[in-house]
Amino acid sequence: MVTEDKVLRKYSETIILILVMLAAFLLMGLLNGRGFFQFGNFQSMAFQLPELGILSLAMMITMLTAGINLSIIASANLTGIVMALILTHYVKPEASGLASGLIIFLAVCAGLLVSALIGLLNGFLIATVDVSPILATLGTMILLNGFAIVLTKGYVISGLPQPIRFIGNGLVLGIPMPMIIFILCAGFMALVLNQTPLGVNIYMIGSNPVACYFAGVNNARVLLKTYLISGLYSGIAAIIMISRFNSAKADYGESYLLMTVLASVLGGTSAAGGFGRVSGLVIALIILQIVSSGLNLLGVSAFLTIAIWGLILILVMVVNTLTARVQTKRQTT
Amino acid sequence: MKKLLTRHETYVFLVIIALCVIITSITPRFFTLENLFDLLRSYSFMGIFAIGVLFVLISGGIDISFTAVATVAAYTMTVVSIKYGGNMLTAFLIAAVVGTALGMLNAAIIYFFNIPSIITTIATLNIYYGILTVVSGGKWIYSLPTWFREFGEIKVFTLTSGEGLSYGLSLVTVIWFAIVILAWVILRYTIVGRGIYAMGGNLTSAQRAGFNIFFLQMFVYSFMGLLAGIAGVIQVLLVQTMAPNSMVGKELDVLAAVVLGGASLAGGTGTLTGTLLGVALIAIMSNGMTMMRIPSFWYNVFIGLTIIASVSLSAYRRRREKRRAIAVEVE
Repeated sequence: MVTEDKVLRKYSETIILILVMLAAFLLMGLLNGRGFFQFGNFQSMAFQLPELGILSLAMMITMLTAGINLSIIASANLTGIVMALILTHYVKPEASGLASGLIIFLAVCAGLLVSALIGLLNGFLIATVDVSPILATLGTMILLNGFAIVLTKGYVISGLPQPIRFIGNGLVLGIPMPMIIFILCAGFMALVLNQTPLGVNIYMIGSNPVACYFAGVNNARVLLKTYLISGLYSGIAAIIMISRFNSAKADYGESYLLMTVLASVLGGTSAAGGFGRVSGLVIALIILQIVSSGLNLLGVSAFLTIAIWGLILILVMVVNTLTARVQTKRQTT
Repeated sequence: MKKLLTRHETYVFLVIIALCVIITSITPRFFTLENLFDLLRSYSFMGIFAIGVLFVLISGGIDISFTAVATVAAYTMTVVSIKYGGNMLTAFLIAAVVGTALGMLNAAIIYFFNIPSIITTIATLNIYYGILTVVSGGKWIYSLPTWFREFGEIKVFTLTSGEGLSYGLSLVTVIWFAIVILAWVILRYTIVGRGIYAMGGNLTSAQRAGFNIFFLQMFVYSFMGLLAGIAGVIQVLLVQTMAPNSMVGKELDVLAAVVLGGASLAGGTGTLTGTLLGVALIAIMSNGMTMMRIPSFWYNVFIGLTIIASVSLSAYRRRREKRRAIAVEVE
């Protein structure tokens, strides 16, 4: 009985999330009727979810350490612009498949290198200089956005070569390519968090940095790695973004910042750090995608949708606070 | 003298002086009264926002929803003024009431449900702005009442430049300065002001010391809302248009200015002098770049670098102080 109770409690959040997901699914299905259940709708959802999903993973891992990364969108845009500039300059339409393939590969490597450097800069400021995560990433956000504007002079870079568009729009065995990348990213993140010493340390820093330090953990190194992973993930999201938009620009996806925080918090990641699971985040992303596709099919204005996200974020936090209060009351009595 | 050197504000001030010298040596048009009055007018709305943000930061919270609050307040004011008429007093009053109400809503969510202020205000920013955009249809309003248009042009005194153009100190700037003085009195001479510092320094201690945390939270966020409402009206006065999308997105710039002035996100510290210097630094940097004909797309690069340098310097000094404090303990 005791173990059963424990298991139930451990997964109670996940079970609630799955119930919410089913409820959202039924509600949107009822409101939209048959249009919602068509194969095309599900396929377009599977194409839309990964971008936000990978960015949310980048946000979540920093929130686990009681930090936040406001620079993920700016970093994804800058990375995307660097890749797009290389691609539009060096890939000639008359070049052979092999040559352009090599350049695409190099462009992606350069992009990931840029995003890794951005991650290291954030990590350095937060871990070594000891700047609070909000301020450090606010500063880098403005700086990266500045570089993005300088590189593009505010214009859109478009006309990417055909092969890169496969990453964002192609199908492999009927599964959208971005979805495959997302599953790999989420799997890797889950592996790091649950199976490696780094993962344990990330949770420990989020719960109590001082205790963690006295337990012999090099906090600075753990934070540096956390923000490095966060940076790399926004770089991976950038590859999908430029491929899906077929262009890059300094101010794409600005509304994603709210969405990544919302997805993390909805998925059970605590804003105070220390708690949160990849599985929760994935279910939260599916809920958000169902609601957003459903509202879109209903013809609800995009701005009202954003207001609804804000409302949902507050409601989720309220429910979390109230359940936490009930639980502590139960424990004390 | 030694005390001055330990203060963040001194460094910001020195940077400003250095910037002024550099810009003036390149373009003499910068260091004129005309340009100064112009800067004081066009940055008054950012300056008013910054005071509200300073209060919230001192109290240990953060608010990024104020641009949306300002937009909602200014929009309500514009619509009501056009439909029912009124004067400048009613215009400011409407915006102030709307702003205060929305600020109180923020405070209530943060206090009663114990939700981190950053998450609450990210959410309310989007709620307020989303609903406003749906209600207003995102339309710009150009046909403002005459009395409203004229108020924005009132000068307290006017001078004539060498080329025969008249310029002067705008009434808008005076409103800003009046708010600065009000804020200074609240922070320095009232129990509420000391309570805000106490709460930001250590919430539990402040509570034990007898401060009413609920009241203080309410005060801080509704004061932010009130100032946001006033700043919203001033923004409409400055550009003579009610554009729903003109303010949202600038919240982090204001936050940056306040942080440049030395306020810390941990709460309990921050001064009005610092905040004014922070706003001045941002204003001079952006104005100087325009005057030196540096392409505007470099702007964010400079601002970003300045913020990173400033917060790194503060963090470094804080750590050094902490180390000193520990050394004393060991002795």
